[in-house]
Amino acid sequence: MTWFKKTKAELKKVKIPEGSWVKCESCKEIIYRKEMERNLKVCPKCNYHFRIDARERIALLFDSGSFEEADALIVSADPLSFKDTMPYKERLEKNTGKTGLTEAAVSGTALVSGMRVSAIIMDFAFMGGSMGSAVGEKILRAAERATDEKVPLVTVSSSGGARMQEGIFSLMQMARVSAAIGRLKGNSIPYISILADPTFGGVTASFAMLGDVIIAEPRSLIGFAGPRVIEQTIKQQLPDNFQRAEFLLEHGLIDMVVHRKDIKCVIAKLFAHLSPAP
Amino acid sequence: MRYYLEFEKPLQELECKIEELKRLSDGSNLKINSEIKNLEKKAREIHSHIFSNLTAWQKTLLARHPERPYTLDYINMMTSDFVELHGDRLFGDDPAVVGGFARLGRFPVVVLGHQKGRGIKERISRNFGQPNPEGYRKALRLMKLAERFRKPIVTFIDTPGAFPGLGAEERGQAEAIAENLMEMSSLKVPIVSVLIGEGGSGGALAISVADRLLMLEHSVYSVISPEGCAAILWKKGGEIGVNEYAQAAQALKITAEDMLKAKVIDGIIPEPLGGANRDPEAAAKNLQEALLAALEELSLKPAGKLVEERYKKLKKFGGFTGAAKPA
Repeated sequence: MTWFKKTKAELKKVKIPEGSWVKCESCKEIIYRKEMERNLKVCPKCNYHFRIDARERIALLFDSGSFEEADALIVSADPLSFKDTMPYKERLEKNTGKTGLTEAAVSGTALVSGMRVSAIIMDFAFMGGSMGSAVGEKILRAAERATDEKVPLVTVSSSGGARMQEGIFSLMQMARVSAAIGRLKGNSIPYISILADPTFGGVTASFAMLGDVIIAEPRSLIGFAGPRVIEQTIKQQLPDNFQRAEFLLEHGLIDMVVHRKDIKCVIAKLFAHLSPAP
Repeated sequence: MRYYLEFEKPLQELECKIEELKRLSDGSNLKINSEIKNLEKKAREIHSHIFSNLTAWQKTLLARHPERPYTLDYINMMTSDFVELHGDRLFGDDPAVVGGFARLGRFPVVVLGHQKGRGIKERISRNFGQPNPEGYRKALRLMKLAERFRKPIVTFIDTPGAFPGLGAEERGQAEAIAENLMEMSSLKVPIVSVLIGEGGSGGALAISVADRLLMLEHSVYSVISPEGCAAILWKKGGEIGVNEYAQAAQALKITAEDMLKAKVIDGIIPEPLGGANRDPEAAAKNLQEALLAALEELSLKPAGKLVEERYKKLKKFGGFTGAAKPA
């Protein structure tokens, strides 16, 4: 049988294994997945930074094997007994199944080029990286740990904002974590905030924008309100690079835009500068 | 003419009838007088019945009532010597946030709050009470002034939320809010905040990190508007309307009673029957009493203790479980 006589179903059988190629979300180029992964999940053609999970971020940022997780048992208590299309508790379980995480942030201590730091890494895959009571508590404790142990704080944000399913409790986290960052600053403990795609709402409007130094990954979307909401409100088309990391840099809202491969090196250098004078 | 909400319609009919009768009678007809009295009694009964069972969505509508007193109304009704200050000294003056010096009872205070407008023109100029970053920065400037001159701070919350606009993003809306949250947590003077209407998410929180947080009986406080919440949760279900908003409002637990139960607020200030819009003076009187009581109490605390207690209070908010913090 010649190939053009094959039925569609037969043609499908010879398809290449699922997932060995990915399409870049920015330049639409088809890239070999392994090549992209070797490149720290950055598109080799256009430098688009794909989202990475908390584990990958930890491997990238900290000295190998130095990360020690803390507060791993802190989870949401579902304070509103919230239910939408499914009970919130069930939604949490589902997200744990999907990501292997118990919450949208992982907290702990680690070494950055030999320097001990307190760290928070958010993971967008867990309920859009949203901040509820558990995430808030982890951030608060990470900030207090940094203050108590006199080690710098580093946070990596990637979040849609406050978590709706915990209502006012989520909103209050913004005040709590900002207060804890305030204490840290009052004690001259350095704090570096890294913003990854995307960072919005209650996370941007609290600890994420309070870093002594704020670093963003190239082209990350960062803002307070989401672009769709803004478009609907002002009924104008938004500029092309609106809310991209480069846009924020241009408007004086962040310190630098740094390629994923260089972030560790940059924060090590910054922490060295930020350590108190002898 | 008075503005009636949908659920107040039974009352509207009755009150119209009473008005009508009053217009027709010159007060000498005893039969009509007693009829009016009867109807008024009935109206009161219906009114209290409606208001004894308000849903979260109905409270949301009340909190947004166009005749509800706004920040400047309360300032005018219960303070003296008010001097309004303007501008953030960085970019502009945001009419959606107002504030200045005033005297409240025996206390010289700095008072500020969100300001909605009345009438189309003012509503637009006040941006419907949705501040830009300048509003938050003006608020912080005033609060820092209060700290330097050791005046207690009183803030009024009444906003659908911080403005989601192009300029707001360019000028750092998120940073402005974050900065306020951080700074307010360590200001060395007493802060009392009152939700007088809508408490819309981060835009409301940005001026309400306080030693005492109070709510007027029919105000609401929420992480997201019921409409926004419904749109996100039920977007796949097709048409979204009042039923979904009501459901979302219920699920989000946004009323003053909910907040008191969750220990997010310290007290509820009662409103006259039918809401503050029915009798602004009475509402202002209750509000003033509550504010003075809070200020009397807080003014006795030394600054260090105040800040320490505020932090402790903040730390308590949280619906999480997990390992206890090692001592």
